[in-house]
Amino acid sequence: MSSDEITPMERVLTALSHKEPDRVPFFLLLTTQGSKEFNISIEEYFSNPEMVAKAQIRMQQRYGHDCYYPFYYASLELEAWGGNSVFYPDAAPNSGRPIIRDPGDITSLESPDVFGSPQLQKLLKTTSLIKEYTGEDIPIIGVVMSPFALPTMQMGFDHYFDLIYEEPDKFEELMRVNEKFCVQWANAQLESGATAICYFDPVSSSTIIPPELYRKTGFKVAKRTISKIKGPTATHMASGRCLPIIEDIAETGTSIICTSVLEDLAEVKDACKGKLSVMGNLNGIEMRHWSPQETGDKVKEAIQKAASGGGYILSDNHGEIPYTVPSDVLLNISESLRKWGQYPG
Amino acid sequence: MGRDKFQVREFKELLLSLNRVAAKNLITSKFTGDNAFELINEIIAPALESIGDMWSLGQIALSQEYMASKICEEIVEMILPAESPYRKNMPAIGITTLGDEHMLGKRIVTSYLKANGFNVYDYGDMGPDKIGMKVKDDGIEVLMASTLMLNLAFEVKKLRLIFDREGIKTKIIVGGAPFLFDRDLWKEVGADAMAVDAMESVNKIYDVLRYPNEQ
Repeated sequence: MSSDEITPMERVLTALSHKEPDRVPFFLLLTTQGSKEFNISIEEYFSNPEMVAKAQIRMQQRYGHDCYYPFYYASLELEAWGGNSVFYPDAAPNSGRPIIRDPGDITSLESPDVFGSPQLQKLLKTTSLIKEYTGEDIPIIGVVMSPFALPTMQMGFDHYFDLIYEEPDKFEELMRVNEKFCVQWANAQLESGATAICYFDPVSSSTIIPPELYRKTGFKVAKRTISKIKGPTATHMASGRCLPIIEDIAETGTSIICTSVLEDLAEVKDACKGKLSVMGNLNGIEMRHWSPQETGDKVKEAIQKAASGGGYILSDNHGEIPYTVPSDVLLNISESLRKWGQYPG
Repeated sequence: MGRDKFQVREFKELLLSLNRVAAKNLITSKFTGDNAFELINEIIAPALESIGDMWSLGQIALSQEYMASKICEEIVEMILPAESPYRKNMPAIGITTLGDEHMLGKRIVTSYLKANGFNVYDYGDMGPDKIGMKVKDDGIEVLMASTLMLNLAFEVKKLRLIFDREGIKTKIIVGGAPFLFDRDLWKEVGADAMAVDAMESVNKIYDVLRYPNEQ
């Protein structure tokens, strides 16, 4: 980096203060892709926190994006609760069998201690290694599953819907336990060097539950939880819609909303004006076979819709780029961003 | 009994407001003992189809579609139990997540198909290797594969290879998030069709079997 260039941290902070930096910041949210750096299995890769840190640094150097993403995979949290993950050769691990088999189990459920979990310690180690390397130059994005989203893994989506609709007392009980864990986990990542926390809250999305139910459930949980996280947060809908609840999301105290390819980026940006910054919304599934031309078109379109005036970070729409997306596509995104994302646009 | 738009709308509203008791009463008050398919065709299926359209357009959420299908499944179990002789002419449908622990999509489709009077064999998360034998034994005409994870969507490719190798004629219909975010993925993995939601799955079943959409 030449001395007259601003750092990714400065670029991101300028954009988040709704001003235009030198160019549009972009986050490539790469997780499993890191295993390719060492030509090893995804399972082996995530067993080694030093390797994950090195891969994050190498990938950032190659693609030039504006963050590190030490997030491992969603079900890592479930492992801390006594659950397990199922590993695949070519995809992010999936959560194994639910740990709550019956709503009655919730009464005896206890929040695990983050510092007593070897699984979570690995991620904290990765975060601190990256922090040691980068200092304040490049933002490090930590991740938590929201207390409202975690039950999809703890008990399965269908049983969780049954709980929300049919057992409100048990639902509240579960939220209290999950909130305690989420706050401790988020703050532990911040203490290890994370700059901000991405609060994954897809069940709150209007794709998954209606806005009126969100206001009675996920909204209240987010408001309580985010107020106790000692750093900035971005709320991620993991491909779900957010437009009908933008005002409410802003009230939870979060700074950024990450939206879906199902929504028009310009409409989302407009609805967020003065309240939230926007992140999104490249289609990670389609990205697997994008040509250089398509990549350029998609990046250009997103920038044209949302970048004016700052308050925008280009990223995928799911919060994780699939393992099967080729490196060439990621390089093309990076090049296109530099071509089309210069300010003033 | 002809299709009564008012009743369909009323039933749909009861489903969306989760008024389980009133929804059950509306159907059971019209049940004479041998008109289950009539009630399914004239009230339950059109209401669910309309709810499916609302979901496709982003007008309602997944949880509402799930609850509506679940209530309808309960109602149809009452008026058309699994052992009912009236079910005997319906095609046998299998369903699996192909190894995915995310069961929500499968649960919604299962409820919806049962609410439409189909015989549904739920294979849980059974993978391609085991399922070939099961569909043969159970005489499955259509296998529904519902996946949330992109990599498991590609398990359909393995399934197709096994079906082709074993000469299994069972049709494969896929659904779930990866197929929604990449509308050509179902062809890439060798499925016979893709249903964007549970409601569309019925039409797709009739399409792949080349049946008229009538019981």
